[in-house]
Amino acid sequence: MPTLASTNAVEIDGLGKRFGATVALENVSLAIPPGELFGFIGPDGAGKTTLFRILVTLILPDQGRATVLGRDVTTDVWDLRRRVGYMPGRFSLYPDLSVEENLRFFASVFGASVEEHYDLIAPIYEQLAPFKDRPAGALSGGMKQKLALCCALVHRPEILFLDEPTTGVDAVSRREFWELLDRLKASGLTIVVSTPYMDEANRCGRVALIQRGRILAIDTPTRIAESFGRPLFAVRAGKRYPLLLAVREYANAGTVFPFGDALHYTDRRDGLMPDAIASGLRDYLRGRGFADVEVKLTAPTIEDSFMARMGEPERAA
Amino acid sequence: MSAFAGLLRKEGLHILRDRRTLLVVIFMPILQVVLFGYAIRTDITDIRVAIVDPSPDASTLELRNRFSATNAFKLVRVLPNPTLLDHLFASGAIQEAVVLDGDFANRLARGLPVRILIIADASEPNSGSAMESYALGVIQGFERDVATRGGTVRIAAEARMRFNPTRASSNLFVPGLIAFVLTVVSALMTAISLTREKETGTMEILLVSPLKPFQIIVGKVLAYLVIGFLSVLFVVAEARLIFNVPLRGSLLLLLGEGLLYILTSLSLGILISSRTSSQRVAMIGALAGTMLPTILLSGFIFPLESMPWPLRVIANAIPAKWFVIIARGVMLKGVGLEYLWPQTLILLGMTVVLVAAATRSFRIRLA
Amino acid sequence: MTATPQQAAIEAHELTRRFGSFIAVDRISFDVAAGEVFGFLGANGAGKTTAIRILTGLLSPTSGTARVAGHDVYSESEWIKRRIGYMSQKFSLYEDLTVRENIRLYGGIYDLSKDEVRDRTARMLSRLGLEQSADTQVRSLPLGWRQKLAFSVALLHEPSIVFLDEPTSGVDPITRRQFWELIYEAAAGGTTVFVTTHYMDEAEYCDRISIMVAGRIEALGSPAELRRRFGVESIDELFVQLARPAAAQTS
Repeated sequence: MPTLASTNAVEIDGLGKRFGATVALENVSLAIPPGELFGFIGPDGAGKTTLFRILVTLILPDQGRATVLGRDVTTDVWDLRRRVGYMPGRFSLYPDLSVEENLRFFASVFGASVEEHYDLIAPIYEQLAPFKDRPAGALSGGMKQKLALCCALVHRPEILFLDEPTTGVDAVSRREFWELLDRLKASGLTIVVSTPYMDEANRCGRVALIQRGRILAIDTPTRIAESFGRPLFAVRAGKRYPLLLAVREYANAGTVFPFGDALHYTDRRDGLMPDAIASGLRDYLRGRGFADVEVKLTAPTIEDSFMARMGEPERAA
Repeated sequence: MSAFAGLLRKEGLHILRDRRTLLVVIFMPILQVVLFGYAIRTDITDIRVAIVDPSPDASTLELRNRFSATNAFKLVRVLPNPTLLDHLFASGAIQEAVVLDGDFANRLARGLPVRILIIADASEPNSGSAMESYALGVIQGFERDVATRGGTVRIAAEARMRFNPTRASSNLFVPGLIAFVLTVVSALMTAISLTREKETGTMEILLVSPLKPFQIIVGKVLAYLVIGFLSVLFVVAEARLIFNVPLRGSLLLLLGEGLLYILTSLSLGILISSRTSSQRVAMIGALAGTMLPTILLSGFIFPLESMPWPLRVIANAIPAKWFVIIARGVMLKGVGLEYLWPQTLILLGMTVVLVAAATRSFRIRLA
Repeated sequence: MTATPQQAAIEAHELTRRFGSFIAVDRISFDVAAGEVFGFLGANGAGKTTAIRILTGLLSPTSGTARVAGHDVYSESEWIKRRIGYMSQKFSLYEDLTVRENIRLYGGIYDLSKDEVRDRTARMLSRLGLEQSADTQVRSLPLGWRQKLAFSVALLHEPSIVFLDEPTSGVDPITRRQFWELIYEAAAGGTTVFVTTHYMDEAEYCDRISIMVAGRIEALGSPAELRRRFGVESIDELFVQLARPAAAQTS
């Protein structure tokens, strides 16, 4: 629908990209409405960076087309470049320039000044202000990410692309970073973000699970978790590794994965009542000599869903 | 602040922050000129010479005195005939001999052609030919003096070094050295600076910004022009103060041409780096692309005239060749733009072509 | 401090490292038992890297004592290096060498005989299911496989302790779990595993963990114990509770 195309912030249709023999993206299609906080969730090498680079006009797709803010990413390059904000996956600021100098430079690149759009970056920059004369290279990981975010925002972009902004950053800084994104989203900015951390999916309005260049699912985090579709059990009983091996040997075992402080278990049999599955497994484990066996029905998470949809993990070449 | 001013400011900050590189970039040319200047100097002093003078008289005496008067020569023997020469050469007692005709004075007085034979120890070919031309120089001086006194002289002379009568090699080399050192340093600076942005990933952000390739390239070139110009000032001062190279023409013109030449070299560096992705490759590229061609094909050490024509043609593409002509012209000949405009135009043209080529090969996308 | 070095793989007592006036590691004390999977957590800049460098013999402490595999970190760092394995997310294998060449290289570094290298290579390749890829360059393996291979190579010389620095960063969830199974297997075989991670669910996989905040160890114990002691639902929650006040003060 052409009328819809102009209203979506991002519109991707049948996008494909390969590098030599490696398929980086395969037939990716999706749409992101304005004002959404949209997440691409997937491991390294899933194609997230390639997709982001296509969307910010840095590389050309082999197949399909994509528009950002209604503009074609292959032809409206210069128009788009003034309108998008982009934070690449690796730290990409000048380490020898101070916090303030970096910010001023990136503002000047867009013919803007830091003061002009200060209201937008103020909540982030206030945290950086005590270090404004410190060289960017000497900042801690979390602070670097915040500065990079400031630099990507300083020209008041209409859409923000953040490629793995939280990778390698500790859990606290990650949390703070997401809180900043929430604030930005509240101001109406469209934000497209990627992450390898499954738990961060819950921070997004909608997410796309991506693996080996293909989209596995697109939906709200809750619905993706719910789409797991089978009863899932958390199993606990003393030492984890012997327990894991024992559950694997259970004749009815479907999938068995360590998950947090428990094992997540699905049964291979269809149509059985959860209680029956649980008691069957309990009995089996007691028979194997485990005491204090606990088998509880548990709510699937995005990560369970992701693993279920992944099918086979990556194979060696 | 405009995007371009922002770029210039940022490059300036990079340069100032990296004190160590800044020092290297400014002092390397100075040091290199000194080292190269002394290393490739071919001035020879105290050549042990013997003169065979079968019929001594006033005019042969005058010639002999000319030899002993320069510090290039040390007149060790005057012989009546050449029989002893073989022995003297073999023993190393002499390096060069000047053999006069028997009726030298007589023929000279009558205006007849006189023959002078110069024999040089050519076991080391370079110094052999140097000694030969030193001797020729002395004889030519003698010839000129006789001629101004009204006599007619017909001594065959092979080469005339009209603009470097003292034959100080530094006068010839230093302008070339300036070219060499400036090229290497300038090309290296820009080549590294652009690829560093690719390596640190900042290029990715510059690309996504509305900055045009031309702005990025010119911004870098202009920022480094300032440093390059400092180098020009230093090496020109050095040429005057340490090597006593004359500056017969306009200093302003020399500095202006130096600036233009730096611009050409910086553009070359940018072109190299726009085609490479790592600092290492860019560095090798810049060194290979500037050092050897400049040493070999600029005419600063090896005269282009004696090269086979394909090399002479290729040499035309080496910016240093044109700058060497300009620098020698201004410093040694004292000529101005009225003679040097073609070379100046060529350098200007090269700069435009290099910047254009760099802009063209600068990809507006990754990969 | 225990008198028998065989029992504890790592013993650190009041270990401190200063850089000028900055105290990177501030009097940390902990023991790691042989065969234990020990999770070493902390925010960026909390001092984890410095502590690991001390324990792997790369950096001398300013004060305090530590023994790794029974060897003193001040005087016997060369011995420590022979007894430990190390793998980090950033560097582990040479990407332009094949799988087999990498294994041979590490075998050579640790003075293994040709036969040993051959036997262990075969065992490792079959354990990882990499027989088909033995002669492919490491760079063309998927990330998850590279990390599993790197871990196995770090164990090639049968070290008593292996240090893993964010080994699973960016790896897909299934491969991440397979990686942890390799860790369990190694621990079950008696190898002590010392591991850092930013995945908080992986913290739960460890026998015991420590959480470092601003150079000090603020929590030490098994995940279940710590959850009980601090009254939190998960280690993630505990981590944020401990590290956040520090993050607000410094950078």
